[in-house]
Amino acid sequence: MYHAWLVPLLPALSFAVISLLTKQWKWLSATISIGAMVSGFIIAAFIAVGVLQHPGLINHPLVYSLRWLSMPGFKVDAGILLDPLSAMMLFMVTLVASLIQIYSLGYMRGEKGFSVFFAYMSLFGASMLLLVAASNLLELFVAWEGVGVCSYMLIGFYNHKISAREAAKKAFVTTRIGDTGLLLGLLSLQLIFGTLNIADLAQKIPQFQNIPLLITVAVLFFLGPVGKSGQFPLHVWLPDAMEGPTPVSALIHAATMVVAGVYLVGRMLFMFASVPPVMELVAWVGGFTAIFAASIAITQREIKRILAYSTISQIGYMMLGLGVGSLSAGFFHLWTHAFFKALMFLGAGSVLIGLHHKADVWEMGGLIKKMPITAVTFVVGGLAISGIPPFAGFWSKGDILDATLASGHTVLFVIGSFTAFLTAFYIWRMIFLCFFGKENPENHPQESPLVMTIPLMILALFSTVAGLIGTPWWDVWGRYIHFGTYVPPVANWPLMIGDTLLGALGIYAAYLFYCKDREKTKALAARQWFGGRLYDVLYHKYYLDELYMWFNHSMVDGVARLMYLFDIYVVDGIVNGVGAFTVAAGEGLRVFQTGRLQNYALVFFLGVLAVGVLLAFTGPHATLFLGGVR
Amino acid sequence: MPALAISPTNFVLLASVLFAIGLFGALTRKNAIAVLMCIELMLNAVNINLIAFSRFVTPQLFTGQIFAIFVITVAAAEVGVGLAIIINIYRHRLSVNLDDFDWLKW
Repeated sequence: MYHAWLVPLLPALSFAVISLLTKQWKWLSATISIGAMVSGFIIAAFIAVGVLQHPGLINHPLVYSLRWLSMPGFKVDAGILLDPLSAMMLFMVTLVASLIQIYSLGYMRGEKGFSVFFAYMSLFGASMLLLVAASNLLELFVAWEGVGVCSYMLIGFYNHKISAREAAKKAFVTTRIGDTGLLLGLLSLQLIFGTLNIADLAQKIPQFQNIPLLITVAVLFFLGPVGKSGQFPLHVWLPDAMEGPTPVSALIHAATMVVAGVYLVGRMLFMFASVPPVMELVAWVGGFTAIFAASIAITQREIKRILAYSTISQIGYMMLGLGVGSLSAGFFHLWTHAFFKALMFLGAGSVLIGLHHKADVWEMGGLIKKMPITAVTFVVGGLAISGIPPFAGFWSKGDILDATLASGHTVLFVIGSFTAFLTAFYIWRMIFLCFFGKENPENHPQESPLVMTIPLMILALFSTVAGLIGTPWWDVWGRYIHFGTYVPPVANWPLMIGDTLLGALGIYAAYLFYCKDREKTKALAARQWFGGRLYDVLYHKYYLDELYMWFNHSMVDGVARLMYLFDIYVVDGIVNGVGAFTVAAGEGLRVFQTGRLQNYALVFFLGVLAVGVLLAFTGPHATLFLGGVR
Repeated sequence: MPALAISPTNFVLLASVLFAIGLFGALTRKNAIAVLMCIELMLNAVNINLIAFSRFVTPQLFTGQIFAIFVITVAAAEVGVGLAIIINIYRHRLSVNLDDFDWLKW
């Protein structure tokens, strides 16, 4: 367990080695990158076993650190904090990242910048692992920004495409809005408590009495996760992040980046739990985001976009779980979601490769015959996210809904349940359109190579069984990862049956609309019946992008124009004025430079004479005028 | 001290006359070499002062004499440089008239 620092270090080293030394040798670079991540996974697996053997870590995390900065009144220790939460994240991130990198061998074959891609992936993984293992919030913030930078580079990986560049910028700027809040929150914590060590803060914050101040800090703090985890209203960057290569999308959506926000909220839950109004805010933002994104996902046509909105929605679930106070449920969903979402993204990537990057689900169909492995694993992912037992999503989503109901948030419970129905519907709409039904004669798909399908199969396995460690009857998960005192779960039969029925109903509705009905006439009719308007609103994502663009054009550009005028007339005026003054002074003074040697000599002599006279007549005071020492 | 005592005033008078002649020449002569010579005169006036005051104020020390030697050395170097410049200018312009040397102004 004392070797946890190796886990973030190995991928970071791999980044350095690839970018400095082995860039030219593609396969060597890929091997180094994958090797580092897999070694990290092995270490993380041992760490996980170690943590399971030491239940004492639940309440007293293992912290070891080095002095990073030391100034009077400001000390920062950077190090590693190990408890079941971080051990679980290390395990999950290294596992998913390893599989995604192996998959990338196939997906990125023959792409330009193959080595660079693996270098970035390594750095991305390293940042996320450091973020997860950080014992200090400043250290965490550094890793947080590292994740942001890597996502920027990877989303804009196809930088010859304008849309990719725009998407990268959008992701960076949007998350930055949230990061500003997070940074302010960090500064306030340092000012108030004089430390940023998570373990120390966990001691001090619950005793802090000034609740309004703490509320402000917590809300500022929450802005960071809202941006990073794509919660409403800062979710707009996430669907556009699909411009990156598909493995990147999978990594961003499953293991790194978006779950960073959830992890931060979970890590700082002791702070949020001290201020109930902020907890309400977290829960409502999560719940609203969940249903909001799910409703958009119903109408989208691009396969990766549907998955992107699905991610936003599922992250909303996690926030909801944390917001109602259940660390266990929120993180259980994070854990299971990582597997089935990575699975579905990689499956989508496999489909895109098979169809030569044709992304519209309406133009697919019948792929199950040509791409059986992809289709079957995708269906497993679909069952998992829809909450069909015994697949992983059923247990985690059930936990969240259970916790929501138990904490008395009935409205949020209804929202969550309805979202579960929507989730099943939109995911299966996509599955039916993609893999079943009529084949599109224009497509000539073929199954992807083994290097891509094996990760799919492993992820499918995890999507099936990952939830079994947190069932009401065998709750290893909750015993290790919980907040406050541990309450053994009770099987809530009506809820479990209800969840299953809702999921099944969603799947059946999707089946009716998109599979049974070969010509999709019902789907089109329903679209009409819903009113073209509602459909349009959903299809255009509630026009939020347009709203932001309008805001950008009117407000931001307006302010910028004012600033521009200020710059031209005031700032430039001052600068030009200084210049003009110098020129004028030179014009005036140059008449004294006659170029005649004897004029100068005369002036010298008169000057010396003046000094002499002054000395003679004013005595010792003369030194005052002459600048001498008294 | 000899019978025919020369008082410090005599030295100062001699030096100031010498200095005034040198200054007048340096400010009025048009010939650059003459100006250099006048500057030498002024420096020598200073030397006389230095030695005289050393002789009367601190006879046991040689501060003034040593100072004068330094002044002579520096003056020799300065004249060397000055003459070299003037000769170069003369080669280009065929003139040593200071009124022609005004092209260093703007």
